[in-house]
Amino acid sequence: MRIAFSSEGDSWDSMVDPRFGRARYLLLLDEATNELTAYDNSANCAEAHGAGPKTAQSILDKNPQVLITGNGPGRNADTVLSAGGIQVYVGAGRMTIKEAYEAYKQDTLTKNG
Amino acid sequence: MNIAIASGKGGTGKTTLSTSLATFLSQTYEPVLVDLDVEEPNTGLLVRGDEVHAQDMFKLVPEWTGNCSLCGQCRDICNFNAVIQTGSSITILSDLCHSCHACSELCRESALPMVQERIGVLKRFRSAQLHRVESILDVGQDQATPLIAQTKDYVSEHFDDHFIKIYDCPPGTACAVVEAVKGADYVILVTEPTPFGLYDLKLAVELIRKMGLEFGVVVNRSGIGNDDVLKYCRDNWIPILAKIPNDRRIAEYHSEGTLISDGLQFLEGHLGAIENYLDLSVVAGAG
Repeated sequence: MRIAFSSEGDSWDSMVDPRFGRARYLLLLDEATNELTAYDNSANCAEAHGAGPKTAQSILDKNPQVLITGNGPGRNADTVLSAGGIQVYVGAGRMTIKEAYEAYKQDTLTKNG
Repeated sequence: MNIAIASGKGGTGKTTLSTSLATFLSQTYEPVLVDLDVEEPNTGLLVRGDEVHAQDMFKLVPEWTGNCSLCGQCRDICNFNAVIQTGSSITILSDLCHSCHACSELCRESALPMVQERIGVLKRFRSAQLHRVESILDVGQDQATPLIAQTKDYVSEHFDDHFIKIYDCPPGTACAVVEAVKGADYVILVTEPTPFGLYDLKLAVELIRKMGLEFGVVVNRSGIGNDDVLKYCRDNWIPILAKIPNDRRIAEYHSEGTLISDGLQFLEGHLGAIENYLDLSVVAGAG
């Protein structure tokens, strides 16, 4: 399974960024190799319009099956993520990436939609 | 003659002035009152009239046909992130689309033809010597600007330069206001003599000066607050067309929706001053 996170930093100890569209980093975890890759999302952060769908596009391009975030994507980003078949989990805004991943594995995160 | 009635601050009396000025002028001329506050047009609450025309208003957005090579050019060219590639399909987020046609024109496979999407409705009314045009943005549409532009186009097509056209503009200084005041022969900025009124008036003045439009100020609810608005106008050589007093009777008529029918006497002197200042008799010719 490939899992994407919205994150404030680039490591396991970083906090999940509660914002989706203007998240500082996007992290991608490949469970097969346990490898965590960080992508700087500051360009999308600075979008005047449509930061949500733009970030959703960036996520889709990395081809994950799951997204873990905080407050949850807005309507447009949600449309894009749904069209891309990504399962979104929300409510991880006060956790570190590590904690959020554990919570996901224990199935205590909230499914979006 | 195009007169835009605008303000930085909301609630200063744009609609009160637009409706009363249009009604006052309709005693002599045949003015057109245009409600460009398309997110909440309310001149119709005050000015009655018979509906003589209605039409749906549209914007053009791309629609994906499904037959393309997924080259990605459309999503890359869109400045507003309205075109997204979701796996092997293209998703259009029409509320973000600004109808620039770039994706549609550049598509080598012609897979993104532009199609109409309804954004609102325009209506035209007539009562005696007064014409009124208003547009209402549909619920869920969040771009007022294209509807404002098209409403102005409709008015230009149907009423030539001999008509005095009074445009009731949305508040603020953002895109919708820029579109609403664009091309005006004169802009009347309505303000109130309070710190809030002054702060937003300065923003509006900055905008109107940048656009190179001629403008003046009407101070509404004169007598409240302080003299800072008057001082600001004096120091910056901004003409004050009228000072409408903070009169309880005006408020009472307004709250009952009868200001222009029964309470106009309280405003006539001020409206006449505006008429004279703008030399409207020369523009339109009496009758």
